[in-house]
Amino acid sequence: MIVYILKRLAIAIPTLLLLIIFSFLLMHAAPGGPFTQERELPAQVLANLNAKYGLDQPLWKQIASYIWGIVAHFDFGPSFVYKDRTVNEIIAQGFPVTLTYGGVSFVVAVVAGVTLGAVAAVKHNTIIDYFAVGVSIGAQVLPNFVMAPILVIVFTLILGWLPGGGWRFSDPSYWIMPVIALSTSYMASIARIMRSSMLEVLNSNHIRTARAKGLPGHRVIWRHALKPALLPVISYLGPAFVAMITGSVIVDIYFSTGGIGKAFVDSALNRDYAVMMGVTILVGALTILFNLVVDIIYGWIDPKIRY
Amino acid sequence: MKLTTALSALALLVAAPTAFAADVPEGTVLSENQTYTFWLLDAIKSMDPQINTDVEGSDILRNLFEGLYNEDAKGDIVPGVALSHDLSEDGMTYTFHLRPEAVWSDGKPVTAGDFVYAWQRLADPATASEYAWYMELMQVVNASKITAGELPPSDLGVKAIDDHTLEVTIETPLPYFPQMLVHGSTFPVRQDVIEKFGADWTKPENMIGNGAYTLTEHILGERVEMDKSDTYWDADKTVMTHLTALTINDVNQGLTRYLAGELDRVDIPAGQYPRLKKEYPDEATSLPYSCSYIYMMNMSEKGPEALKDVRVRKALSYAMNRDIVVDNILQGGQHPSYNWTHWATAGFEMPEIDYAGWTQEERNEKARELLAEAGYGPENPLDLTLNYNTSEDHKKIAIAAQQFFKPFGVNLTLNNMEWKVHTDKMQNQDFDLARYAWCGDYNEASTYLDLFTSYSGHNNGHFFNDEYDALMKESKTAEDPQPLYTQAEQILASEMPIIPIYHYAQVDMISSDIKGLPTENVMQTWYGKDLYRIAE
Repeated sequence: MIVYILKRLAIAIPTLLLLIIFSFLLMHAAPGGPFTQERELPAQVLANLNAKYGLDQPLWKQIASYIWGIVAHFDFGPSFVYKDRTVNEIIAQGFPVTLTYGGVSFVVAVVAGVTLGAVAAVKHNTIIDYFAVGVSIGAQVLPNFVMAPILVIVFTLILGWLPGGGWRFSDPSYWIMPVIALSTSYMASIARIMRSSMLEVLNSNHIRTARAKGLPGHRVIWRHALKPALLPVISYLGPAFVAMITGSVIVDIYFSTGGIGKAFVDSALNRDYAVMMGVTILVGALTILFNLVVDIIYGWIDPKIRY
Repeated sequence: MKLTTALSALALLVAAPTAFAADVPEGTVLSENQTYTFWLLDAIKSMDPQINTDVEGSDILRNLFEGLYNEDAKGDIVPGVALSHDLSEDGMTYTFHLRPEAVWSDGKPVTAGDFVYAWQRLADPATASEYAWYMELMQVVNASKITAGELPPSDLGVKAIDDHTLEVTIETPLPYFPQMLVHGSTFPVRQDVIEKFGADWTKPENMIGNGAYTLTEHILGERVEMDKSDTYWDADKTVMTHLTALTINDVNQGLTRYLAGELDRVDIPAGQYPRLKKEYPDEATSLPYSCSYIYMMNMSEKGPEALKDVRVRKALSYAMNRDIVVDNILQGGQHPSYNWTHWATAGFEMPEIDYAGWTQEERNEKARELLAEAGYGPENPLDLTLNYNTSEDHKKIAIAAQQFFKPFGVNLTLNNMEWKVHTDKMQNQDFDLARYAWCGDYNEASTYLDLFTSYSGHNNGHFFNDEYDALMKESKTAEDPQPLYTQAEQILASEMPIIPIYHYAQVDMISSDIKGLPTENVMQTWYGKDLYRIAE
């Protein structure tokens, strides 16, 4: 197992390196640059800027010094657009925010989704099942950019219960609407996956055996059905968890959280090369890490899987 | 002999000492809550006066720092750190007399040396400021050579005669030079603070400013908090005790939060002004705002042959139905435009432009004739593309333009582009027609008209006209440049390198208890120190 984990971590290094190089090249291939603006800069001013940020160097040199900065000093460079900030600072400010509302959303989505899916499967073809399927389809088709403004109109404008946006770590009332907007569609997906996988498990041989030997219904479900039914859900959860904690641009825009999701999209639009690379590496590293975590959990849940 | 300019004399005369800070009429009952919360569309890119490039950043900076002059509610200049100035007879040396009681937020006096440092810093290639060109625009001696790295920053035409006397030498007389000093990039900064903290000097815990407020919190893309500064020279008359700026990236969301009482001021999304004006007559406002919206036509080598024909350019401009754009799409009190300079620019006399007075039918008729002369029409259609950057409003106007041009046999292909791509293509003359907008840097027509000189860096359509260049050069030294501006506008109307579409309006919801915001300043420059909240 340890050998397996070490092996996976060793593969992660060249994977990240390739990610960096490809993103770097793609980014520079896009038209315009960080200092392209409606008011074209005089050539001399642009040259000064390029010199200051090292953009006058050949591309390979830029990549090399960028990677060296990360490896040697964990320095992702200064933002080209938010000039008072370094990439480390931007991530340090935005990531805890998305990690908080994303983490809470994850718990909500998993608990609600798994419960909904499991109940629907157990009560297959009853009114409860139809209700659960209805809820999850409803949550899936209502996109969060529609839901977010509706939430603010209802909870802020009409009821006056919640702040309409912004972020305070100390005040969870700021978290509620982002969590609802972010978790619902994930919850719906989890519920659907859970329901179909649970149905399959409930029809399998070992469940029939369990029932045949006279185990009570709830023990059959808790002890024998739930664990195998969770496997497909868990493989979905790895990437979903990363997507949630690195934030959603929609949530960040509509609720003004100052999170990293908006920063990521902005950096691409602004050609803020350094921030874009920084967030890409963060998302890439987290994705690799949580895919590994998922695989380890797999081995723990399903004794058939051996590494 | 030195002459005190009429301008500063007038400013001093008009602005009696009591009028500097919040001008609260007698008998006003002030609210106990003197806080003001305003809206920002985007995160503030920099809090450094010499690095900032944004309008929104400038709104914040004006409260944290103070330059030589400020603007009053009408857009006229009033003393800031400078009380007055003398101008040499050749019009090229300004001597500013600084306010002795002005101090920084740590109590040290604001000196002429702080301005010298800030201005040198703006021009210095090591700072790599995107606004370095502003020093050049101000014609400060040696600015362009310093930015080019040919001379050291110390050769800039600015020096401290003593702690409270600043001398600036410029290369040619500039009648509007004092107006340019309101701009944030000319604000003083502290050398010792910047050298001590480097790029971190703008962090709330490090920043030392000389404005009416101090920075207490800045969460990127979320909020900016500012407290009243007790060291500000006019703190006694500053009423508003706290300013908050909230970033809300979605305009509609901003409006909802305004209506929920979370904000005192927010932009009104396009098309919603008539409804809001009816529902909230005391809060919905529309005021002229110094920006001009156009379609630029590519007259360069790389542009289409048809656009080199003035008849085609005129026909396209005539066929553009501005009234529909303004009355049916934007609906926010914008003015349809037939010229380039914003109509409300200070001192600007709107030129008489023939087609502005015609009815749309007359314009259409003329457009049809001109196109026929040039050899185009429904039988021989003209195919052109229109580039615009992503935005609902730009899209609506572009679709409207497509419809306006269609009956004339002009087929417009719309190209929606991401902003950077749009800009990049414009700057490389890779377009036929392109959406463009320009906002004035200062309240004077040259900020617009300089753009179409052949030596301007922003003349992306390559409209080159010797007569136009000569007029603009002459205007720099003319006693009264306004007639020259009018003539320049007439050249634009007869050569038609652009399709003027509309002049901007600032369309806002403003809490009815907030007073002191400018109502007659086309730059919409505001200062927190001028605001106050009345009791409901």
